[in-house]
Amino acid sequence: MASKPLRPSVPKEPYVKILKILCGLASCLLAITCPTTQAAKTQLTVYTYASFVSEWGPGPLIEEHFEAQCDCDLKFVGLEDGAALLSRLKLEGDRSPADVILGLDTSLTVEAQQTGLLQGHGLDLESVNFALPWSNPVFVPYDFGYFGFVYDSEALPVPPASLTELVNNSNGPRIIIQDPRTSTPGLGLVLWMRKIFDAADEDAWAMLAPRIVTVTKGWSEAYGLFLKGEAPMVLSYTTSPAYHRHVEQTDRYRVAMFKEGHYRQVEVAARLGTSSEPQLAQDFLGFLLSDTVQNILPTSNWMLPAVLTGQPLPEAFHSDEVPQQMLRFDPAHVQNQRKQWINRWLSALSR
Amino acid sequence: MDKSLAVRIVTLSRMRAYRVISLWPGTLAVAFLSTLIGGSLVGIMARFGTGDLTAIVTDAYLHSVIGFTLWQATLSTLISVGLALPIARAYARQSHFVGRRALITLMGLPMVMPVIVAVLGIVAVYGHNGVITQLMRTAGFTWSFGIYGLGGILLAHVFFNLPLAVRLLLPAWEQVPGESWRLASTLGMSSTQLFRFIEWPALSAFLPGTLVIVFLLCFTSFAVVLTLGGGPGATTVEVAIYQALRFDFDPGRATLLALIQLALCATIALTMSRWLRSQPLTQGLQEGLRNRPDRKAPLNRAVDVLLITVSALFIGLPIAAVVVAGLEGPLLRVILDSALWSATARSLGIALIATLIASILALGLAMTARRLVLVQRRPGATDLVLLAGSVSLAIPPMVIGTGIFLWALMTGTTEVFTLLLIALINALMVLPYALRSIAPVLIDSGRRHHKLCEQLGLQGWQRFRRIDWPAIRKPTAFAVALGSALSFGDMGVAALFDTSGAITLPVMLYHRMSAYRFDEAAVTALVLVVMSLILFWALDRIVGRWLS
Repeated sequence: MASKPLRPSVPKEPYVKILKILCGLASCLLAITCPTTQAAKTQLTVYTYASFVSEWGPGPLIEEHFEAQCDCDLKFVGLEDGAALLSRLKLEGDRSPADVILGLDTSLTVEAQQTGLLQGHGLDLESVNFALPWSNPVFVPYDFGYFGFVYDSEALPVPPASLTELVNNSNGPRIIIQDPRTSTPGLGLVLWMRKIFDAADEDAWAMLAPRIVTVTKGWSEAYGLFLKGEAPMVLSYTTSPAYHRHVEQTDRYRVAMFKEGHYRQVEVAARLGTSSEPQLAQDFLGFLLSDTVQNILPTSNWMLPAVLTGQPLPEAFHSDEVPQQMLRFDPAHVQNQRKQWINRWLSALSR
Repeated sequence: MDKSLAVRIVTLSRMRAYRVISLWPGTLAVAFLSTLIGGSLVGIMARFGTGDLTAIVTDAYLHSVIGFTLWQATLSTLISVGLALPIARAYARQSHFVGRRALITLMGLPMVMPVIVAVLGIVAVYGHNGVITQLMRTAGFTWSFGIYGLGGILLAHVFFNLPLAVRLLLPAWEQVPGESWRLASTLGMSSTQLFRFIEWPALSAFLPGTLVIVFLLCFTSFAVVLTLGGGPGATTVEVAIYQALRFDFDPGRATLLALIQLALCATIALTMSRWLRSQPLTQGLQEGLRNRPDRKAPLNRAVDVLLITVSALFIGLPIAAVVVAGLEGPLLRVILDSALWSATARSLGIALIATLIASILALGLAMTARRLVLVQRRPGATDLVLLAGSVSLAIPPMVIGTGIFLWALMTGTTEVFTLLLIALINALMVLPYALRSIAPVLIDSGRRHHKLCEQLGLQGWQRFRRIDWPAIRKPTAFAVALGSALSFGDMGVAALFDTSGAITLPVMLYHRMSAYRFDEAAVTALVLVVMSLILFWALDRIVGRWLS
């Protein structure tokens, strides 16, 4: 009597069916959208940061040009930013599938070299007509830029003329900056302030603090807030206005040129010691310095080309936006002092 | 007669076996979770050392970071859940009005928006140059909401968590039997008495879970705190973990910090659920709120309308700002781009797999939790099981991701399983929501029907199909819908892995923002929001209605 109602004939359960459909759909979607790898050609894997390989970045164009001449498959792997690049390299160690790492900036080069994973580029850089003094056996510079405060000329007709003025004028414009603990421009400003104010940097930061609207995780958040009108000034690059002129045809956003000069950031590439294609990797590093790539970079990566190619910069890059004075620290010094300087920043802004 | 006796003996002996077997689903789920989370932490420590514990414990700066994290998380949780209670009550009391379903669906949106998108939306409304400040300026006031600082953090956290809390609490009212309302009506209970004697006991099953989830979310908040915090004074432990992992490259320290965060969160969550033990409800037919006596009183109605309107505006305005920004962008160019749709498909695939894994885990944990509390009478063990399903919120996905990445690296499978790994980590993030919406209802269903089921010998699949599934269908639908939409909009984990060839929609959004293309990013954000909404609506409907 009891057993019968417990085991009725079970009709096909609708949810089981739907579950199956969902599973099938999900795996189909993944299968369709997974990139298929071409096995035939030798592959060169290049680790870089996300904006480099985005559809407007230089990545797709470089890939096209390089593949046309190398008979290989150039594969870009886009990670979040320069710091993510380095930490990925350290995570993987000698198991890294990367042949080339592209996109470290000069504040990270020493640390990258200390991993022992990189090998010399083996290129003869003597004959290259660099736009900046360069001699390094491991890293090849492909572009560079200067940190600068971009301002909205409609909200701020007269920007400060120097970093000292920005810091000292308590009625000065409010600014948005990035966190040096999580972003490269943020670290750049800490170095810039240190360069100008030296041991008085902590006081300078304390002076500036009331006018810092907020400190964001990365460049995107800060620039996004700036474009929403949250502050008239934002920490970015001296080349940012060129983007707005070139793409949006507006002269509204400009960069405040500071008398003391601007802190320089050089972006570099290097090949890995574990690479199975060292020759191809070397060719690629050389290719980065070619006129083809150097002429692509300004309007795709919005940085200044590392090599003087003879072709003038696009019109959108104004010559009065090139700093007269270039500021920099020795990378090894940055490596040693970074933690301490960031702590000084931290204590000044947490006051 | 002999036959039926024999059947009964068989049934009884089967029940004894069932007692042990029925603990399996949860045990398996807990084992799976601890292998995954523990394995990833051990993986990191084995490779990069355990970090310097004494340095961390004696670090005065870290103490202030922990202090601030606790402070803002407590405030955010109290405000979010405190406001969610009256608002959920208003929605429960006004159970029939035009647009109610739409408003409740809207509540699901803030949670699933990528943080940066939501923050830009919030700023567009409440910021220095936001709509409200501009309106005030036109009206002649120079007042502006201090959005950068603790105020901004709280505002954003309430924006994210108030709607979530409302949606997690709302099912409580459906558990109240019609007899209770009729009785209250006969006794002439006031609105306050109704709350004290009928609604509070019903809520007590849902409140601890809601508090725990909201607290964990606020405790581990990262981008909101950094963007709206106004300076490094507002730093959470999660920020310190990111810094340790990314800029200082000290995975051992990051893992230790993650463990400290985990310990803190687990302690607080356990204390909370001890303190708020759920009270059993009167049993009876759940027939809706038809007989609720205070529904129609004009004053109550006015209060409810006010609460619903204000909360809808508070949540709706920033979303509207995101929509408007998207509509102002190059809409056609972005929408006609095939890359956008393959990224969408990829995100969808990840979301569905993640949700599937999370739902199975949640169901297993909830089954075992129920068994523990009803049959073995060990509510403490139940708390632990439910906690095990929530702690994944307390460990940064980035740390788990790094650990899993290391394992994949050792086995040489990074390339093959990238999307699957992303789905797996997303599943961990989604699990707590699924668990907290399913478990209370499943336990309640057990309370009602357990004796009957035992008498009838109804067990296993048949019991699930006939008794439990109809009860948990709606919360499961909500959990599946929320989970997949959440994972659909997730940016953090996907950005960890190789995403060049196979980017997801949120990563595409991030790429656009980091290449100055804020207008394209705005359109992408709009697509993301609309797709999340469709996904949410469709799954809620498929699971909630068609599968009945």
